[in-house]
Amino acid sequence: MNEAKAVEVRSVSKSFGTYQALRSVSFDIGANEFFTMLGPSGCGKTTLLRMLAGFETPDSGSIRLHGREVLDLPPHRRRVNTVFQNYALFPHMTLEQNVAFGLENLGWDRARIRARVGEMLERVHMETMARRRPGQLSGGQRQRVALARALAPDPEVLLLDEPLSALDLKLRQAMRDELRKLQRDSGITFVFVTHDQEEALDMSDRIAVLGAGEVQQIGSPTEIYEEPANRFVADFVGETNFFDVEVLETVAGQATVRTPFGLVITAPETGVAGRRRATLSVRPEKVNLGDQAQGVTMQGQVVNKNYMGGYTHYTLDIGGIELRASRRNASREGDAIAAGETVNVGFAPLSARVLAS
Amino acid sequence: MTRRHDVKHYPGLGPLVALFFVYLYAPLAIVVIYSFNANRIVGVWTGFSLEWYASALNNRALMNALKTSLTVAGVATVVATTIALLAALAIIRGRNVRFRKLSETVVNLPLLLPEIVLAVASLIFFSLIGLQNGMMKLIIAHSAFCTPFAFLPIRARLQGMSLDFEEASADLYASRWTTFRRVTLPLIFPGVFSGAMLAFLISMDDFITSNLLSTGGTTTLPVYIFSLIRSGTSPELNAIGTLLIVASLILATVALAVAARGARNND
Repeated sequence: MNEAKAVEVRSVSKSFGTYQALRSVSFDIGANEFFTMLGPSGCGKTTLLRMLAGFETPDSGSIRLHGREVLDLPPHRRRVNTVFQNYALFPHMTLEQNVAFGLENLGWDRARIRARVGEMLERVHMETMARRRPGQLSGGQRQRVALARALAPDPEVLLLDEPLSALDLKLRQAMRDELRKLQRDSGITFVFVTHDQEEALDMSDRIAVLGAGEVQQIGSPTEIYEEPANRFVADFVGETNFFDVEVLETVAGQATVRTPFGLVITAPETGVAGRRRATLSVRPEKVNLGDQAQGVTMQGQVVNKNYMGGYTHYTLDIGGIELRASRRNASREGDAIAAGETVNVGFAPLSARVLAS
Repeated sequence: MTRRHDVKHYPGLGPLVALFFVYLYAPLAIVVIYSFNANRIVGVWTGFSLEWYASALNNRALMNALKTSLTVAGVATVVATTIALLAALAIIRGRNVRFRKLSETVVNLPLLLPEIVLAVASLIFFSLIGLQNGMMKLIIAHSAFCTPFAFLPIRARLQGMSLDFEEASADLYASRWTTFRRVTLPLIFPGVFSGAMLAFLISMDDFITSNLLSTGGTTTLPVYIFSLIRSGTSPELNAIGTLLIVASLILATVALAVAARGARNND
């Protein structure tokens, strides 16, 4: 991340009637960063994005783009472009005219507009359809044109509002790579909004997890997944097992806790110091079975098994407590554990996390 | 759905539909046919003739009435459509509009009131303010009752248009005026066009208000036709009627073509 800040959000709050959409949200986005706002619907991520574009005004707080306060600027005076969720391509204009629209409003001369439109359509592989109208395109093609239209004016920040949600699965995967590549090539700051944690983990330099109108955690994909700041983040991003534990001691970011299995373990913690009760989070893929069991080991009975091809999910019963594990089927015989069997179950305490409940 | 419940298989459907269309169009067909009759008496066909068309087109009073009607309808259409467009933009797209529902009802009120009431009210109003110009009176009164007709299709179109397009336009550096000119207006144009068309037809068709307000020099076509009937029907009326039918068909075709183009664009 560069030291230059593309976006500075400071203590932004917003209510719709009695519903508080955002509660004093603050964060920075670095120049050239691929920044994702991730959260369930109603978490305020779209409201934030619309504030950056200028379609919503915060009740309080400030928003700066490249150091300049923008709250007084209407959308058309902000050097920001948006890729809308349903693309919002102008149906009465050809693709060329759609891409040229922003440039014309910026007062570019004709020759320059022509060159830029051609270049942008080429970059998204739509140059052969320049004279068509949006109604004649597939979802993926519309998506590409929407990107070309938003990138053509070379904005300071590109906002993307769940742009992949309307595409089918295969196309979505391809577009992820394409988006990432476009971002690297253009060097433009991307602010991406999604509720899909996989998209967020795959594409982002940094992720802000939003929940209940607040920033729950900001960090790299690895930090978000491996070092969740609280129960909300651990639950929303990825799968996990939660156990209520009793805190015995916290020292230097490590908490010693008594687990419901009766074992006492020491694992990394966040925000647990001074509390008596906490939550232990163990991701299913960190739980190893049979010969591979290591770290904290116990005996468990397989009560359910879901074969998914590439991996298998197991539900285990450990002295009346349920634990989910998943295992990659590394070889054809990888899936040798049968339902009903009693196996060794283990996980490394360093891979687990103690969180405030 | 079984075949039995399909409306197409109800007994007697065919004859009923035929009867309906005969009921609807037979009188029109008779007007058109006898407009080409050489004989003066409707019902007695003596031969083909364009005599009544010639006589209609040479009738100065008739042509004057047509001119008055077209002028009034033309101006009233422009005024009513402009007012309706501005009202729709304010009511549907305006931010923090108070009394939104009430405003809409006020714009649409002339639709609900009996026309004779409006006509008498206009008459009293014009005599109160001392307006003498007959043409002016007609234009003002027509603009007023045509506005809701222009408003309805424009409002429907604007309501059906996603806000996203206008936001996308603003996002792409278009000022509010540019957004209106290049995005909103083209996208709601079929609505504006149907609104204008409706206003024009309603104005051309109006009898009650025009009759009450008409003075010596400003007789509209329906009022003139009515005066012709009072002095006994003339085959000239058939010719006028046929010409009006043709004009209406042309207008309707254009309107449908514009609407179809609009629908294709907004796919």
